[in-house]
Amino acid sequence: MHFEYNVKSGDFSNAGSASSQIKKVLKQLNVDSVTIKRIVVALYEAEVNVVAHSFGGTIFADVTAEEIILVLKDTGPGIPDITKAMQEGFSTASPQVREMGFGAGMGLPNIKKNADKLEIRSEVGVGTEVKIMVKLS
Amino acid sequence: MDKQYFHHALKISEPNCIGCTHCIKVCPTEAIRVKNGKAQLFENRCVDCGECFRVCPVNAIYVDHDDFNQIFNYQYRIALVPGVLIGQFPENISTQQIYSVLIEIGFTHVFEIEHTVDILLEAKEDFKKKNPVTKPLISTFCPAVVRLIQVKFPALVENLILLKSPLDIAALYYKKLLTQQGIPESEIGLFYITPCAAKIAAVKSPVGEDKSAITGVINLDFIYNKIYKSIKQTGKEYCAVPQKDELDSKGILWSLTNGEKNTSSGRALAIDEIHNVIDFLEKIESEEISDIDFLELRACDESCAGGVLTSGNRFLTVERMKKRALFSDESQNTDTCISKELQKYKDYLIDNMNVSKIMPRSMLKLDEDMSEPIKKMGKMREIMDYLPKTDCGMCGASTCQTLAEDIVMKRADITDCVFIQRIMEQKGSMSLNEAVAKMKRIWGDKFNTK
Repeated sequence: MHFEYNVKSGDFSNAGSASSQIKKVLKQLNVDSVTIKRIVVALYEAEVNVVAHSFGGTIFADVTAEEIILVLKDTGPGIPDITKAMQEGFSTASPQVREMGFGAGMGLPNIKKNADKLEIRSEVGVGTEVKIMVKLS
Repeated sequence: MDKQYFHHALKISEPNCIGCTHCIKVCPTEAIRVKNGKAQLFENRCVDCGECFRVCPVNAIYVDHDDFNQIFNYQYRIALVPGVLIGQFPENISTQQIYSVLIEIGFTHVFEIEHTVDILLEAKEDFKKKNPVTKPLISTFCPAVVRLIQVKFPALVENLILLKSPLDIAALYYKKLLTQQGIPESEIGLFYITPCAAKIAAVKSPVGEDKSAITGVINLDFIYNKIYKSIKQTGKEYCAVPQKDELDSKGILWSLTNGEKNTSSGRALAIDEIHNVIDFLEKIESEEISDIDFLELRACDESCAGGVLTSGNRFLTVERMKKRALFSDESQNTDTCISKELQKYKDYLIDNMNVSKIMPRSMLKLDEDMSEPIKKMGKMREIMDYLPKTDCGMCGASTCQTLAEDIVMKRADITDCVFIQRIMEQKGSMSLNEAVAKMKRIWGDKFNTK
């Protein structure tokens, strides 16, 4: 099953809408609640990243009985040093974003913690693609 | 369907139900459908919040409470009273007067349940220490919220504080108190006067306990009328009971919004009204909001002052209760006889405070294993493409989404939709008579020609 959601740059008010819709789907699919939580937390973090850092993007979600694959594709500045971005506490967020409670530098590490597999591809000045895989059974 | 039976205090009276869409529209768990011109309840989804009871234009939804006269089956008849009872009356009717009428009408003892909150708070601090990682801890005071979490937020059952409510502690206390005086248990009747339907359900089929200590539950609205009538008719102040110990302000305010929150250490929040609660729990579940230590969640607007069985205007109730709390603070009656008496039983009560693990019972799942629901969901999405998304309710379900779900669950048919019917009529694949017959199955006699 395939789902797509658009994510607007800077629209923090709606950051989380894709993850809450995916959550509803997973509940209907009777995925166990611990797994749902991992998926939703990872997706929410990734969604906020797109809102905060990119010029906008799309979330593609594919669900099968075995796994869920979430791909977040954005156009934007890209990540110059992925290894650095994966470190806890590393953040490039502006003070305004931090004031809103985002940008603590826990995003990517938190996604990694909750995903079974995480792949990040990024090109500076072009955009980023984050692929999150979580096993469902 | 879950085979397990859940007691529901909310019942639908078929003869009274006129088959409209008020209840299906407000139900926060999509637990009601209209079939045959009558509202029908999906029992495993209902959380007894009472929203349907509030909006029913013909009072066809009623609360199944215990008969008042059953109190006389017991020699010792204890009225366990919530603080909001006092708040129902205008200020010129005193607490003492209300108590004395309760004795007049047949109770032998009156006890305000919120006397036990100090003991609960001690147990709660202890519970917090034993569960330092779980955040936020969620209060189990509101039984509709507990049930809501079980059916709609199964991941959050882990966050529920597994302690008895002030009501259950009060029942435990009073039973112990009387049995220690040599009174046999069989002669003790503990009756709770309830401001809401969910409390009835919680007593009849408790969550996390095998059996409730409470003998029966009586509708607060019924008692309110009985008390008011008695006061109006006699027009004088009784003194059938000596001046009772007043509750302290913490106890008085406990069942109001912020009552629990204000006694909680750390970062605590209070949310009232069931849709607000749902919105907030969505965010908690996705960890969009974190670092909250404690959540007070109440299904009713203005918490128990807005309970579905209360008679007074909830804002006036809150006003009176706040005044009472202020007065209680000024008279500084924190060290009352009741609190001293309760202290004697503290260890016993704390030892018996825990409830067992609360299990989730998700209502959202389309099927047990994974591949079936994926097929069903695919079908649901396909169906949604055909449905008008007007959420008109004419199919008997609250929204098009709910109808789509009912269709894949084989509880409904796509031709239940009036839009689909019209399109089919136009295409010649359904006759007008067939369409009318369809609507008759949903709306019953309304489609009889007059």
